[in-house]
Amino acid sequence: MAFTRRRRGSVSTTTVTIPAMTLSYIALFAWTFVVLFPLYWLAITAFKTPLDVNGGPFYIPWRDFQPTLDSWHYIFFDLREDTFRPYLNTVVVGLTSTAITVLLGSMAAYALVRMRYQVGFGAIGSFAIAVAIAVVVVIAGGPWPLGVVAGIGVFVLLLQTVARRFKRGVGNDDIAFWMISQRMLPPVATIIPIYIFFQQLQLLDTWAALIISYTAAHLPIVVWLMRDYFQSVPVELEESAAIDGASPYRIFRSIVLPLAVPGLVATFLFVLVFAWNEYLIALFLTSANAQTLPMTVAAQNATRGPQWWYMSVLILIMIGPVIAMAIALERYIARGLLVGAVKG
Amino acid sequence: MSVHASPRALRAAAAWWRPVAGRLDRVASGVFILPAVVVILAFSIFPLLTSLYVSLSRLGFSQGGVELKFVGFDNYRKLLFGIDSPHFLGVAGPLTPIGIAVLIAIYGLFAYLLYRYAVGPNRTLGGLFGRVVATAIAGTFVWLIVNTILTSGRPGTLVVTIVYVAVDVAVQYLLGLGLALLVVQHLPGRRFFRVVFLLPMMITPVGVAYLFRMLADTSKGPLYPLWAHFGLTDVSWVTNPWGARLAVMIGDIWQWTPFIFIVLLAAIETLPHELTEAAVVDGATRLQVFWRITFPQILPATTTVVLIRIIEGFKIVDLPNVLTNGGPGTATESLTLHAYTIWRALDIGGSAAVAYMLLIVVTFVGIAYVNLFRSRAAAVA
Repeated sequence: MAFTRRRRGSVSTTTVTIPAMTLSYIALFAWTFVVLFPLYWLAITAFKTPLDVNGGPFYIPWRDFQPTLDSWHYIFFDLREDTFRPYLNTVVVGLTSTAITVLLGSMAAYALVRMRYQVGFGAIGSFAIAVAIAVVVVIAGGPWPLGVVAGIGVFVLLLQTVARRFKRGVGNDDIAFWMISQRMLPPVATIIPIYIFFQQLQLLDTWAALIISYTAAHLPIVVWLMRDYFQSVPVELEESAAIDGASPYRIFRSIVLPLAVPGLVATFLFVLVFAWNEYLIALFLTSANAQTLPMTVAAQNATRGPQWWYMSVLILIMIGPVIAMAIALERYIARGLLVGAVKG
Repeated sequence: MSVHASPRALRAAAAWWRPVAGRLDRVASGVFILPAVVVILAFSIFPLLTSLYVSLSRLGFSQGGVELKFVGFDNYRKLLFGIDSPHFLGVAGPLTPIGIAVLIAIYGLFAYLLYRYAVGPNRTLGGLFGRVVATAIAGTFVWLIVNTILTSGRPGTLVVTIVYVAVDVAVQYLLGLGLALLVVQHLPGRRFFRVVFLLPMMITPVGVAYLFRMLADTSKGPLYPLWAHFGLTDVSWVTNPWGARLAVMIGDIWQWTPFIFIVLLAAIETLPHELTEAAVVDGATRLQVFWRITFPQILPATTTVVLIRIIEGFKIVDLPNVLTNGGPGTATESLTLHAYTIWRALDIGGSAAVAYMLLIVVTFVGIAYVNLFRSRAAAVA
C-alpha cells in the first residue's frame, strides 16, 4: 500500500511507500535528537544550581536534581537593566539592519540577474586613482573630509575624460564576486579600521554604528542568496508586465518579490540571526549604551570560570524570539508551489 | 481614497510626474544596484587599505605613545620562512610511504586534469594559464598538508584551518542536502522538523562554543557515562590534538548544517514540479529524479551556499577559542584565532599579516571554486 498525497494545485502525485517513510522518519528523528539534546542540556542547566552543574551530570529534573529559578532571578532582577537594555538594543539593531539589508540586497540581486552591467576598466582605474589621492591627502596630514572631497572630484573628472577611452570592463558575475569577496577578510583585520571610521563620524556606541556595519557586512550574503532565487522566477511574467507598461520598480515590487517569497523569508531569517548573534563588531563598537546580548553572554565567563547557569538563561531568552519568528515564517518558506501555480 | 482632488489638479500632477517617472525608469539599473555597491564599497576599501598598511608595519613604543613603523614584508617573511613559520605552516616530518602514495595520486590527478584541458576542444590561452597557476598553488597546499599531517610533523594554523573547512563544509553539505530531501517529502510532521532543524543556527556562536565546552566535559558533561565506560574520565580528550580538532569540527557542523539545509530546502521548494512529475509519469526512479532533475536545478543554490560556507568557515574562531583555547599547544588554532592571539600580544603588524594571508588563501580558493564549479553549474542549469 502506498500513501498518495496530492500536491496543492498540481495534477500528479508524489508517492511515499511505507518502508521509505519509516526510514525517513528514523533519519529525521535521529537528527532531531542530535539537534535537541544539546539544547535540552542548555535548558536544564538554566534551572540548576552551581552545585548541581559542577557535581557531575544530572539529566532529569526532579529525579536527579531539584530545579530552581535562582539563575532566572539573577538575570531578570539582579542584572535588570543590564539584561533589558542589551535586549532592546539587540531587537532594534537586528530588525532594522535586517530589513535594510534584505531590501537593498534583493534590489541589487535582482539587478544582477535581469540587467546587464558593464563597468569599464577606465572607471575602475579612475576610482583607484581617486582613492589613492584621498589616502595621500590623509597621510599628508589633511583632514579626512578634504581627502574625500578631493577623491570624489578626481574620480568624476577622470570618469568624464580618460575613462571613456577604455572599452573592456567587468560584468555582472565579476560584480557579484567582488561583493562576496568583501566577506573574505577576517573581522580581526577589519575591526580597527571600522572602529576609527565610526570614531571619526562620532557614532561609537550608537545603534546607527551597528546598523550600518551589519548592513554592510551582510549585504553580500543577501545578494548571493537572492540571486539564485530570482533566477528561478520565470522571466515571461516580467516581460508581459513590461509590455503592459509597468515600470521596473513596479515589476520588482508586484511580481518579482511576491514570487521569491520563500527565498526572501529564508534570507531574512539568516540575516536576522547573523545580526542578532554578532559578537566581534558589537564588542568593539559599543560600550555601555548600545551593547548587545552576545556580549552579555560572553560576560558571564567570569574570573571564577564560566557561569554556565547564567549563560544558559541568557542564551535561552536570546533564542526565544528568533524561534518564535522562525515558527511564524516557516510556512512562507514552504510556499514554493507558487511559481508553478502562476505559470500554469 | 478620501482625498478630494479636482480632475485638473490630478492631471497637473500626472503631467509633472510623467517625465520624472520616465527618467527614473531609464536609470533603474543604477537605482537598483548602487545603494548596495556604495555601502559595500564604503566598508571595504578603508579597512582593506588600512590593514594592508598595518601588515607591512610593526607596532613600536616611542616616547609618549605607540607608533607604526614601516617594515616592508618583514611580517610575511617571518610567517613563511622565519620564526613564526612552525606556528603558521607547521613542521614537516620525513615522508612516509603513505604520504608519497597520496602525493603521487593527487599530483597525477592534477596532471591528468591539466592534460585533458590542454588537449580539449574549448581551451583558451587565458584559461590554460589560470589552470596552471591554480594547479601550482593547489599543489603547494597539498604538499604542505601531506608533509605535516601524514608524517610525524605538526600541522600549522594554515593547514588546520584548511582541514576544518574541507571537513566541515563537506559534512555539512551532505547532511544538509539529505535533510532537505527528507523534509521536502510531504510527510506528516514536516513543519516540526523544518523548525527544529533550524535551531542550532539561531544560537550565538559564542554560546554554541560554551555549550559544546559543557557537553565535551569528561567529568561533569552529559557524556560522562560514555567516558567512564571507556575509562577515559581522567584523560582529558583535549590532550589529543585530533580529538580536540574533532570536537571543534563537530561543534561547527552542528551549528551550520541548518544553513545549508534551509537554503537547499527553499531552493527545492521553489522548483516547478512539472519536470519531476513528468519524469515520475515516465517511470523514473527516485534516484534518477534526484540526479537528473532536482540536483541540476538546485546546482546554482548549491554552489552559492557552499561558497558562502567556505568563506565563513575559513573565519572560524569562537569554537577553537572557547572550546579548547587553541590547544593542546596550537593544535586547534585556526588562522583567525592565530591572528587574534598575536594581536592580543600586541604584534598588530604580524596579526594583520596573518589576516592578509587568510584573505589571499580564501580569495584563491574562492576564485578557483567559482571558475571551476559555478560556471560549470550555470552551464548545466
